Amino acid sequence: MSSRIADRFADLRAAGRTGLVTYVTAGDPDRERSGAILRALDRAGADVIEVGVPFSDPLADGPVIQRASERALASGTTLTGTLDLIESVRAELRAAVVVFTYANPVLRLGPDRFAARAAAAGVDGVLMLDLPIEEGDGFRRTVVDAGIDPIFLLSPTTSDDRIRRAADLGRGFLYGISRLGVTGARAEMAAGVRGLVERIRAVTALPVAIGFGLSSPEHLREVGRYADAGVVGSALVDTIARRADSSGLVTAVEGYVAWLKGDADLAPAP
Amino acid sequence: MTTTDTTAAVGAVFGQRDPDARGYFGAYGGRFVPETLVAPVAELEEAYLAARADSAFRQELVILLDRVVGRPTPMYEAGRWSEQLGGARVFLKREDLAHTGAHKINNALGQALLAVRMGKRRVVAETGAGQHGVATATACALLGLACEVYMGAEDMARQALNVVRMRLLGAKVTGVDAGRRTLKDAINEAMRDWVTNVYDTYYLLGSVLGPHPYPLMVREFQSVIGREARRQILDLTGQLPAAVVACVGGGSNALGIFDGFVDDAQVRLIGVEAGGEALVSGRHAARFATGAVGVLQGTRSIILQDLHGNIEPTHSVSAGLDYAAVGPEHAWLRDLGRAEYTWVSDDQALQAFQRVARLEGIIPALESAHALAHVETVAAGCDPRAVLLVNLSGRGDKDVEIARDRGFGVDPAAAGGASGSESKA
Repeated sequence: MSSRIADRFADLRAAGRTGLVTYVTAGDPDRERSGAILRALDRAGADVIEVGVPFSDPLADGPVIQRASERALASGTTLTGTLDLIESVRAELRAAVVVFTYANPVLRLGPDRFAARAAAAGVDGVLMLDLPIEEGDGFRRTVVDAGIDPIFLLSPTTSDDRIRRAADLGRGFLYGISRLGVTGARAEMAAGVRGLVERIRAVTALPVAIGFGLSSPEHLREVGRYADAGVVGSALVDTIARRADSSGLVTAVEGYVAWLKGDADLAPAP
Repeated sequence: MTTTDTTAAVGAVFGQRDPDARGYFGAYGGRFVPETLVAPVAELEEAYLAARADSAFRQELVILLDRVVGRPTPMYEAGRWSEQLGGARVFLKREDLAHTGAHKINNALGQALLAVRMGKRRVVAETGAGQHGVATATACALLGLACEVYMGAEDMARQALNVVRMRLLGAKVTGVDAGRRTLKDAINEAMRDWVTNVYDTYYLLGSVLGPHPYPLMVREFQSVIGREARRQILDLTGQLPAAVVACVGGGSNALGIFDGFVDDAQVRLIGVEAGGEALVSGRHAARFATGAVGVLQGTRSIILQDLHGNIEPTHSVSAGLDYAAVGPEHAWLRDLGRAEYTWVSDDQALQAFQRVARLEGIIPALESAHALAHVETVAAGCDPRAVLLVNLSGRGDKDVEIARDRGFGVDPAAAGGASGSESKA
């Protein structure tokens, strides 16, 4: 059951490194620079790149990603546009690519067409924010048949029983939500996250990435003590938002990710 | 009826028309929520099913409905209006006379009691026209719960009266600036609050929308309307109505009154959506006219969306109907052929609003005016002995500024001799 995602996490474990999963919204700030940003994330050493599909009603997202979604929709980015974007850069990326989406755009396109199109684009995994295990069985089988890893989110409110089901049904890695609430950077890591990872570890050997709230190398080091990887989303998207009008956008993104990875010389400009 | 009789009647309705175990009415419903909400929604379902089976809970609810809401609300034959329509006898179920001025209080009190039973200290809610927000603020004041209501900034401007009412009742009203700044955006923000504060906060959703068990629970709390209405119309006329008509935003007042007649196959059930300015994307909220199956805010139903699955903006002169999805049970009733759905335009609703005010002395909510407008069409082809029933779901005080801005309720002399209705015709 080898996949690019599994390979990336196997590399990390072999090297004893903490992985970096980065999130950006497709088409933010526009299609051309979005492609350049995906390349920059890969160059800077992201292990997994989550590509968000812009959606009109991102109810699991905080204000930073909501605004990214608005910018991307305004630039004309759709689900198929997101897959086209991934396809256009896929050959140049070493990182695994995960599509991060709300259910409705995928259901509108049709799960079969989505899976075929995503597989052709070189998508490695898919994560659906508002499609819990109980609603997602048919979809899960469709994407697995297309060779794409279904990735499930686990929260501090998730029961041990459901963690077990997600571990049985998921592929690639499990995404642990560090805290209650929506996406968005926070100053401190949540206290309960270690307990969630321990509950996951008790039932599965699947790699675990922790997200929601991470924004610094310190956060990644902390997460690395118990999880396989950390996810940085809103903080990165905020960097894009602040540099969207600047010619230094792509360099800033690359520098930010290198800083997250521990290259102290590349601290981001305030 | 005594309180004990009513309590028994409430018990007899609960649990009679449940969705399947996963919360589906046919192909619609379910639970499309972010992972953090899966367990809280399951906990809510468990708590609700236990509460509705508990006669002490039902009795507490019935006492509040009797003594706070003022139930039963009257059934009124609109004689002068009926006469002008020239067809059937039209009866109005007067939910506008319920405490706080709309049917919303029936659900707000039921869920607030459930929140107390679950040990929650804080309630969040969304509101469109503000009627659900006022009802929730009222229930929270009554039961000693902290209350925060999310409301689109556009709705706060056009329903300013209700914003003041909520604040007077002790609720915090938080404006939402995302999207079209209306009901859908307020629901997104209320759900974001809930997912962040889920341990101590109860989300008091105002319509038959959202993840299971909300569509079931809200319909059952509203079914008191149909239960009373069926008994009242039989007492007054000795017959069942030919049709029951209600406006449909999310659709809670409609399901509330339909529930009393759904087993009477000869009674037509008609839901009326907001046709807005025109059936063009962004200018209406007639989901059944141009929508498609999709998932929004926790439930699978008929939704106004574009080819890429993004939700389309909506418009209606009435904030309470200005929403992109319809409750899942309505979609199912339509598939079954048990209920039918149509729409009326902003202008038609405003005309009916004006006519019912002049002929019956009732200023209806603009939402309810959509149902009234359609009844005018239904009555035109009816046998004069036929009985039509409309759910007059709310009162129109909140809408008088909108009506004035559209040329209604203006002194004929000041308006240059043309009355509002004539200038709009």
